[in-house]
Amino acid sequence: MSGVRVLVGTRKGAFVLASDGKRESWEINGPFFAGWEIYHVNGSPADPNRLYASQSTSWFGQLVQRSDDGGKTWEPVGNQFQYEGVPGTHQWYDGTPHPWEFARVWHLEPSVGDPDTVLAGVEDAGIFRSTDGGKTWQELAGLRCQDSGSSWQPGAGGMCLHTIIVDPSDPDRVFVAISAAGVFRTDDGGKTWRPKNKGLRSGSIPDEDAEVGHCVHRLAMHPSRPNVLYMQKHWDIMRTDNGAESWEEVSGNLPTDFGFAIDVHAHEPETIYVVPIKSDSEHFPLDGKLAVYRSRTGGNEWEALTNGLPQKDCYVNVLRDAMAVDSMDECGVYFGTTGGQVYASADAGDTWAPIVRDLPAVLSVEVQTLP
Amino acid sequence: MIRVVLPAHLRTLAKVGLEIEIEPAGLATQRSLLDALETRYPVLVGTIRDPVTKARRPFVRFFACEEDLSHDSPDTALPEAVVTGQEAFFVIGAMAGG
Repeated sequence: MSGVRVLVGTRKGAFVLASDGKRESWEINGPFFAGWEIYHVNGSPADPNRLYASQSTSWFGQLVQRSDDGGKTWEPVGNQFQYEGVPGTHQWYDGTPHPWEFARVWHLEPSVGDPDTVLAGVEDAGIFRSTDGGKTWQELAGLRCQDSGSSWQPGAGGMCLHTIIVDPSDPDRVFVAISAAGVFRTDDGGKTWRPKNKGLRSGSIPDEDAEVGHCVHRLAMHPSRPNVLYMQKHWDIMRTDNGAESWEEVSGNLPTDFGFAIDVHAHEPETIYVVPIKSDSEHFPLDGKLAVYRSRTGGNEWEALTNGLPQKDCYVNVLRDAMAVDSMDECGVYFGTTGGQVYASADAGDTWAPIVRDLPAVLSVEVQTLP
Repeated sequence: MIRVVLPAHLRTLAKVGLEIEIEPAGLATQRSLLDALETRYPVLVGTIRDPVTKARRPFVRFFACEEDLSHDSPDTALPEAVVTGQEAFFVIGAMAGG
């Protein structure tokens, strides 16, 4: 492996951070698309020079940018995300029917095998696919139109489809997560979807273990074990061993089980990372001390990783798409904060150092391990 | 030929300077002007108007001749001073955000 490239989306532009395999010195490139919200930047596993970026503002709407040279230059591609048919309604915050309205792309998930194929998770919740490098987008409407769609309600951040995980062993099997509807899975390439939330319990909804209505913040999977997924729910860390047929809580000894980000070590499928956040009303670390928690047992037993992270007066948040790992021999772990820091650990979380300290608020972090 | 001034973010996207000249087809209206603008600069499709309904985006305004034309019908003829090029047609990103 020759090095890593960290793709950072922020409130005011995108940045590409590059380093060699030592991950000690970094080149900071950007801002790209200065002034625009960049919810996500992601690279194609099939062609690391192919990147996609979601660019939006409330003023001028949504664009999708594509790079074919690893982020040096970009070209806008298609930005028409049209729901299929008559979109209908979902529930609004007050419980009244609200028309489905496209707001933005939260997450871009390029195909493992084809750089021109990419999935997009959007707000209001839906999933779109492009097979022509982002020029055109078609909705996989079976998700939005399945039985529970009209009952979905937005979370505080909007009704977003924020997580897309494609089973590496079966590209027709895809997991998505929606705030605040929950987890859904398709086994037929997106034609039909079913809720997969059995075992989730959410005190903030009338029926605590309802089939839908759970505020799932993020999912993570190790590619070698596609039936094992980890979840950071609004409250609770959850785990499934059967492809989301059922979930069990593995929050264990965490000081708080609220948070947004969760990820899995590149080489150890039972090693997972979360960043505990004090509560849903206080979106900052406990006691002003920033800590990543690591479990080497697939949950329940957690250790605080604080070496190199601020241990006083730190009141940032780490958002759901803002943590990633590289696949160097010694796994690197990365996360970005709403204070504009991007932290990296080149030793699986034992020690941390900031790559950059003063970016705009970080919305997303992805990592490419370069050949 | 109608002089159009775009906001900074859209000038960057379209790779144009402060002012561009657009020739709408037929009667010069907001609709025909924006149709011609989007034909010449496809990257602007969806940034000023909804790409399907063609409704003006909520935080975008249209000014000309010291008037706010944002709420005019898109099929109303543009002011004569805009059509003759004496005055520019301004696409504005509304001040918002505190």
